Amino acid sequence: MSRFDIVSPEGLRVDGRRPPELRRLSCRTGVFAQADGSAYIEQGNTKCLVAVYGPREPSKRLLTEKGPTINVEYNVASFSSGERKTKMRKDRRLMEIASVIKQTFEPIICYGQNVASRSEIDVNIQILQLDGGALHAAINATTLAMIDAGVPMRDFVCACSAGWYKDTALLDLNHLEESADVPTLTVGLLPKSGKVTLLSLESRLHLDKFQSVLELASQGCERMRDELDSTIRKATQELAKTAL
Amino acid sequence: MLKSRAFVRKTKRGNVIKVVKEHYLRDDIYCGIPGCPRCASQTTTITQTPPRTTKLVPTPHYVLPDTNVLYHQIDVMEHAAFVNVIILQTVLEELRHRSKPVYDRVRALIAEPARSFYVFSNEHSRETYIERQKDESPNDRNDRAIRTATRWYNEHLGGARKVVLITDDGDNRRKALGEGLPAFHVRQYVESLADYPELIDMVANVAEEDIDAESRYTYPEHLSKSQILAGLKSGAFHQGTLNISQHNYLEGSIFAKVNGEEMTVMILGREHLNRGVQGDIVAVQMLPKSEWKAAVSVVIDEEDVEKEDEEAKPTTAPDEVAAAESAMEVDSAPVEELKPTGRIVGIIKRNWRAYCGTIDKTSVREGQAGGMQPVFFWAMDRRIPKIRIRTRQAATLCGQRVVVAIDGWPKNARYPQGHYVRTLGAVGDAATETEVLLLEHDVPFAPFSPLVLSFLPVEGEKWEVDDEKHLHGREDFRGLDICSIDPPGCTDIDDALHARKLPNGNYEVGVHIADVSNFVKPENAMDLEAQRRGTTVYLVDKRIDMLPSLLGTNLCSLRSNVDRLAFSCIWEVTPDAKVKDVRYTKSVIRSKASLTYDAAQARLDDPNLDDPVTLGIKALNMLAKKLRAQRIERGALTLASPEIRFKMENDQQDPVDVEMKELKETNALVEEFMLLANIYVAKKIQSVFPESSMLRRHPRPPPSNFETLTKAVGELGLTLDPSTSKTLADSLDRCVLPEEPYINKLIRIMTTRCMMQAVYFCSGTVPEQEFWHYGLASEIYTHFTSPIRRYADLVVHRLLAAAIGYDKGYSSELTDKVKATEMCNVLNYRHRMAQQASRSSVELFTNRYFKGKVVEEEAYVIRVMKNGFSVLIPRYGIEGYVYASPTSSPSASPFTYDADTNRLVAPSATIQLFMKVTVAVTVEEAGQAAAQRSKLVVRLVKPFVEGLSGTPEEAAKKDGKAGVGSARLRAGADEREGKRAKRK
Repeated sequence: MSRFDIVSPEGLRVDGRRPPELRRLSCRTGVFAQADGSAYIEQGNTKCLVAVYGPREPSKRLLTEKGPTINVEYNVASFSSGERKTKMRKDRRLMEIASVIKQTFEPIICYGQNVASRSEIDVNIQILQLDGGALHAAINATTLAMIDAGVPMRDFVCACSAGWYKDTALLDLNHLEESADVPTLTVGLLPKSGKVTLLSLESRLHLDKFQSVLELASQGCERMRDELDSTIRKATQELAKTAL
Repeated sequence: MLKSRAFVRKTKRGNVIKVVKEHYLRDDIYCGIPGCPRCASQTTTITQTPPRTTKLVPTPHYVLPDTNVLYHQIDVMEHAAFVNVIILQTVLEELRHRSKPVYDRVRALIAEPARSFYVFSNEHSRETYIERQKDESPNDRNDRAIRTATRWYNEHLGGARKVVLITDDGDNRRKALGEGLPAFHVRQYVESLADYPELIDMVANVAEEDIDAESRYTYPEHLSKSQILAGLKSGAFHQGTLNISQHNYLEGSIFAKVNGEEMTVMILGREHLNRGVQGDIVAVQMLPKSEWKAAVSVVIDEEDVEKEDEEAKPTTAPDEVAAAESAMEVDSAPVEELKPTGRIVGIIKRNWRAYCGTIDKTSVREGQAGGMQPVFFWAMDRRIPKIRIRTRQAATLCGQRVVVAIDGWPKNARYPQGHYVRTLGAVGDAATETEVLLLEHDVPFAPFSPLVLSFLPVEGEKWEVDDEKHLHGREDFRGLDICSIDPPGCTDIDDALHARKLPNGNYEVGVHIADVSNFVKPENAMDLEAQRRGTTVYLVDKRIDMLPSLLGTNLCSLRSNVDRLAFSCIWEVTPDAKVKDVRYTKSVIRSKASLTYDAAQARLDDPNLDDPVTLGIKALNMLAKKLRAQRIERGALTLASPEIRFKMENDQQDPVDVEMKELKETNALVEEFMLLANIYVAKKIQSVFPESSMLRRHPRPPPSNFETLTKAVGELGLTLDPSTSKTLADSLDRCVLPEEPYINKLIRIMTTRCMMQAVYFCSGTVPEQEFWHYGLASEIYTHFTSPIRRYADLVVHRLLAAAIGYDKGYSSELTDKVKATEMCNVLNYRHRMAQQASRSSVELFTNRYFKGKVVEEEAYVIRVMKNGFSVLIPRYGIEGYVYASPTSSPSASPFTYDADTNRLVAPSATIQLFMKVTVAVTVEEAGQAAAQRSKLVVRLVKPFVEGLSGTPEEAAKKDGKAGVGSARLRAGADEREGKRAKRK
């Protein structure tokens, strides 16, 4: 089954990265005029588009609700991977990811005394191309889109995945690595406070190794924050230029 | 740390899926050459051995082989002469694709610092990566990548040092020379290494044409890969692993699915075998029914046939061989016995390995010392055809055990071409022969590496149970009267037992197994090494351990009067031996006594002893008898095999006497409780890990296996009913002839041979009704009781520890079905090999025992064939084949074969199954005479048959072949669970 080494004895991964390296990352905000906020992110070959609508008046009266409601729709395009899948609408797996993303963002949004406290935010996530790390790409793109939409947030939510193979922790797994039985930990981090809002582990990872994998993923999140931050700054400068 | 460019690569795979991969090119791939000014920041380099200069290349240089060189000439590359070698990533990837074993060998070379092999990841270096051009084949692209890397190196090093491309591909070499790169043939380069003259022998002849011009033998052409694939798809061809008969080197078979039905397809004769070698995966075309043959009841030993072939005039040789071969093609069997027969049309995958054997002396020409000459090589494995090799050291290789690898088998060559790899030692030397048999059975026997040993407890011999550290989660059984019962001289004590009466009248019985999993943690180097070894291998004169001896014979071994960690299985049983309750726990024990079977028996037999240990043994014995009765009631089989033990004199290579192994009541006692533990543990792990438990099953033998035996037994006026294990067991009990007490044992031995092999399997891969263990008549079974010497038991220990919640931090390897299945396959293979190795070892020592002796002994006929019959000699537990005719031509036989009654009839005597005969046994030594394998020779003494039998004295004098046959040893026939469970 092993047609390749996850990490070769020379210390290179299948795509030529070394274990603690991220894939190439590029992101943009404001890709949709229609939406209140939008972002597009490419992490290696994983491509993700997010559109945020809101905050707006809630459609139903949700008086008991404290804080804004986030509706997340997570979709994987049928053309996103080599094998074309058609029925992907009511996939439980997709719904689970959607709810994970919802829970990740809920505690981050600021709702002071009355600001946005009873509002509703719609998040539409579309994975256009899938090559591993869809969850963290989606979260990073959502962060950008939320900022673009002007939703008040306590901090960036930066996400990154890491895995473990033999004796090394690997950062930002691609599809080949994810499917080759590497335990994958996705971490969502608030870089300012260092708090973790999301932790999701696929397949089993020995407890002894957990710490180092978590650390590496957190470092990845930090680097991700710098990227997101510079994207936002650049976009804002652009915006400032056009406004003036 | 810069990723410079990213782009995509498209590959197709299976049902055309476009796979898009990223491929990062880097600036930090260094050349690996020490002291390189441009790669100052590199951390790993070739070790500091100065590069070599040769006549051919006067500048100091490094060697860069291409894929084909590594693939075909791996034996040369493994030679110590090759140091300072640069291996390209392109080459490694291609190699891995072509052959995993060769790839692993190259990886082993790279890992060895002394050899200075360096891997240059050219595919990920920005400066050496090339893209495939339009209309360029992947092969050409890779060749170009190799040349590009070579050029880069030579430019990089700036002329002071060079990198030399070694390739046997003419086209590639021409192009390289055209680009001004130094490039050579392997042979060219090796010849320039004046310090290593032997190396040239090891160079494989890959594409040499017309090597065997004189024999002018032509095989049918093999079909191309695409033709084979199309044929397999359409159902015209069938795929299977070629298995050559042990008795007849021209009879092969594959097991394949033909028209939806699984069957054995015979492949008979040189022409139809068409260069297939034992173990190859071949494509077979069925022959029309009119050409089907019956299974041949003859034994043909290639060596004997060929010997005559060479003794006769060489020019007429093919006719002689044809005559001998026709012996097997005489087609007199009735139509219904015809077996499906086919012919090989192509080879899907070769499965060649390096073979141990000897050089055929008769093929060596004198007076050619120093010159290159072709000689023949006989492999130890009689299923391998003789191999033609070219060597300059023919004279010195005679009488030595050598290793030879096959390079290829051109269609115009009668025999495969090979090359010499290395010399093991003199034929007949005990150490050499033992090494040969370990190599032949693929038993890893190198000493444990320092890395493996580094995982031993740091305290070493002084390690002891620390209450604070070890008692957590364990029960303290140190107060119980536990004892162990083992064969004399046993140092790796896996198991210990206790029994005591409970206040309610029931008994508490405990089986305590060495807690090896406490010392061997999953996935560390020691664990991986143990997994690779799979099992401890027991030879007559030594033991190849699975675990380092500090663990096996000391820290894990449940020795008496020291605290040891154990994994315990505790039952509450009624006095009728019904199990009321069971629990499993990790524990600490202190064995009160390490007894031998004899000592335990003595305690049992002495009614006056009433110390707690003896009382325990007595209770155990009482319960064991009842458990056994229950098991027999369920239909468990009692089988037999002639096992022997050698009496060795101290410090001597040769055995002085042979005796049959005896079984005592105490053997049965231990066996019974081990079975009980195994069964209960199997139930437990299966209930918690239904998908990934490691279990052991013993499939029901198909009724056809028994056909011959039931027929033969019928002739004695006895019956055998193999419809279920219960009826079989009962009918075996009734198979008694008052005048021949040995017959019952004989029938049991032969029944054993009709059985299937018991195998390990992963519970998620087999439907539950097939978990059945036929021999033990148990619904479920596993191995739990010998973790020191079997890896499967260690896995089961880990599963059980997780199942009882002791080990909460277990990782995915316990639940991974795919990995578990792979592991089962490896363990089954190792297990089989280990068994065969110990059998061969017994054979080796039997030969030593018979050396220079002629022994006359009683024997029983156990198989009758057209040109002879097999006998079993109970006294030594050996099996031999007696040829019916003094020469290999069938007409000279005084016997005629009667197929209906399966008898050999001669005017003065008739040979039939189960007949008692007297035979003379002697040994024909390897290296002496012309025989390449040392073998037992058995000849008939009584009944006297004119022209065949002789007195032993005559027999000893008569050199050659009159009425003799080779004998093989079948000591310890197929597996018998229970007894094996206690074999030490």
